[in-house]
Amino acid sequence: MARQFQPRMATGSDLLEGDVVYFTSAGDWSRRIEDAALAVNPDAAANLLSRASEFPNAVVGVYLVEAALDDRGRAAPAHFREVFRTRGPSNYPQHGRQAEREHV
Amino acid sequence: MYDYADFDRAFVQGRVAEFRDQVERRIAGSLTEEEFLPLRLRNGLYLQLHAYMYRIAIPYGTLNSRKLRQLAMISERWDRGYGHFTTRTNIQFNWPKLRDVPDMMAALAEVGMHSIQTSGNCVRNVTADHFAGAAADEIEDPRATAELLRQWSTDHPEFAWLPRKFKIGITAAPHDRAATKTHDIALRIVRDAEGAVGYEVSVGGGLGRTPMIAKTVREFLPKAELLPYIEAILEVYNLAGRRDNKHKARLKILVHEIGIDEVRARVEAVFEERLAAFRGVNPGLLAEIEAAFAPPAFVALPTEDYARAHAEDPVFRSWVDVNCVAHRRDDYAIATISLKPIGGTPGDATAAQMRLVADLAEAYAHDEVRVSHEQNLVLPHVPRAHLPAVHAALREAGLATANVGLVSDIIACPGMDYCSLATARSIPIAQQIAETFADLDAQRDIGPLKIKVSGCINACGHHHVGHIGILGLDRAGVENYQITLGGDAAEAAAIGERAGPGFAYDEIVPAVERLIEAYLDHRLEPGESFLEAYRRLGAAPFKAALYPPEERSDAA
Repeated sequence: MARQFQPRMATGSDLLEGDVVYFTSAGDWSRRIEDAALAVNPDAAANLLSRASEFPNAVVGVYLVEAALDDRGRAAPAHFREVFRTRGPSNYPQHGRQAEREHV
Repeated sequence: MYDYADFDRAFVQGRVAEFRDQVERRIAGSLTEEEFLPLRLRNGLYLQLHAYMYRIAIPYGTLNSRKLRQLAMISERWDRGYGHFTTRTNIQFNWPKLRDVPDMMAALAEVGMHSIQTSGNCVRNVTADHFAGAAADEIEDPRATAELLRQWSTDHPEFAWLPRKFKIGITAAPHDRAATKTHDIALRIVRDAEGAVGYEVSVGGGLGRTPMIAKTVREFLPKAELLPYIEAILEVYNLAGRRDNKHKARLKILVHEIGIDEVRARVEAVFEERLAAFRGVNPGLLAEIEAAFAPPAFVALPTEDYARAHAEDPVFRSWVDVNCVAHRRDDYAIATISLKPIGGTPGDATAAQMRLVADLAEAYAHDEVRVSHEQNLVLPHVPRAHLPAVHAALREAGLATANVGLVSDIIACPGMDYCSLATARSIPIAQQIAETFADLDAQRDIGPLKIKVSGCINACGHHHVGHIGILGLDRAGVENYQITLGGDAAEAAAIGERAGPGFAYDEIVPAVERLIEAYLDHRLEPGESFLEAYRRLGAAPFKAALYPPEERSDAA
């Protein structure tokens, strides 16, 4: 039996800042993973990647990441690399997204 | 120290203007990312996990106070107030903004620095023995050759698009402190039977996916023939190196596939042609380079106060005994400044620390600073009379950890905390090992031990040549760490042997602890180092410690 499809979100790096951004259901980019649009089947994933790739002069290195839903239904990256991208370097909690979170 | 001539200044300033224009065109959208990528890489600008990363060349690891202060300024003005010194003796800033990089480059040019050829398939920053010019055991200062190679390789039109990156390392001492045998070309300055100075040339070293120790291609090359010989090696590689597969494109693969004898035959044939056409290095230029590496004006200062401090102050004594080594002059020492505070990030220095080291170099140490491939800083020429003052100042800045060459002096690549190529984290593993063996007396008892951690198979953390090497991998979506044993980056260079199955993130530090306990149990006497014990005993007792039988049966 085919493996159940893991939801996907589209991510990339902001051209000017170089930081992590997520493609939203409103069709723009957000620095908050909470805003990421989720594709729940392969066709939707292909469509999401295609739409997210339409900003070559704003966001670079666009790709899809697997997401898992937590017990409250929120999407979080499935792979540890993508989890680290939502935080920042583990050696300096004052740098990266994790630092901004504390001020939100 | 070599100061830029007008030619260098004009070249680097030209590059700043060129790159500024390229960045502007990228931002305006007239260059695509695909077009821009090789341009930014050639200028040391990467896009990493959380931000851009800007890699700056420190040729042969040599800095002075002016350059170090400028790096501190750049880190504060356009980055986050710290820098990371790398295993290629470069410095990386982890948080620049695209728009600011041309300004950072311009600020580098003001002090005779740049970021050219710190990435891409070209000849990279030439590394040298970090004790060059100061070591008691060297034949001559290898940096004059390194600078000649820097000038020759910068923007060399024939070798700008090699099959892959190309690294050259050089030493002039029998004790190899620069890991030269892990380079595409390893140069060792030697004397022949008549006492003439020349080079022993080895080729095809490299770490990464297929680790290889360089093999000798020429036992003795007269000094004046260096450039045509290096060009011959590069021509053979450029033409025959595999461009069909990125993973097989390094010179080491060519050496492996056709054999060192065939490589030698081809190189010597090309060399004959090139030598015939070679008119020699411009003697005036060569003389200028050699003069730039003349020894500083050493001063004879009384050493009684130093001797008294060494006898009476145990903290100072242990720092001197561990971090300082013999200089070519008895009344001087070479002082290594550890960038491995217990629990800190290997190779990181804050702007304030960079300024302090700059101040100390200027006030006490002939204004010279080096970066070592082991990610420490070095004051190569310190009169022993000044060591107490230097130590006291370092201590206040958190830079006096007396652990050089010991278990907590760990090389670690940035790993998945920064690097987009990484498959696992490196830095926290190094931090936890250092914290586990925090006690400096216990570290001294364990003795010389080189632990090297890489966060992916590209091996920037040199794990293959660590006495204990650790390689972080992604195994089915989980961080997993493989151990290699018995590697060596020095003159008896050796690739470590893989010990067995990897360990999970929370198992790797206890595994290293078991290795070190096994060594302490098995060593003949405290003077037998980990590596010596490993070479005498083989892997068996260490594997037994890593994989105790009860755990094996649990896992089955």
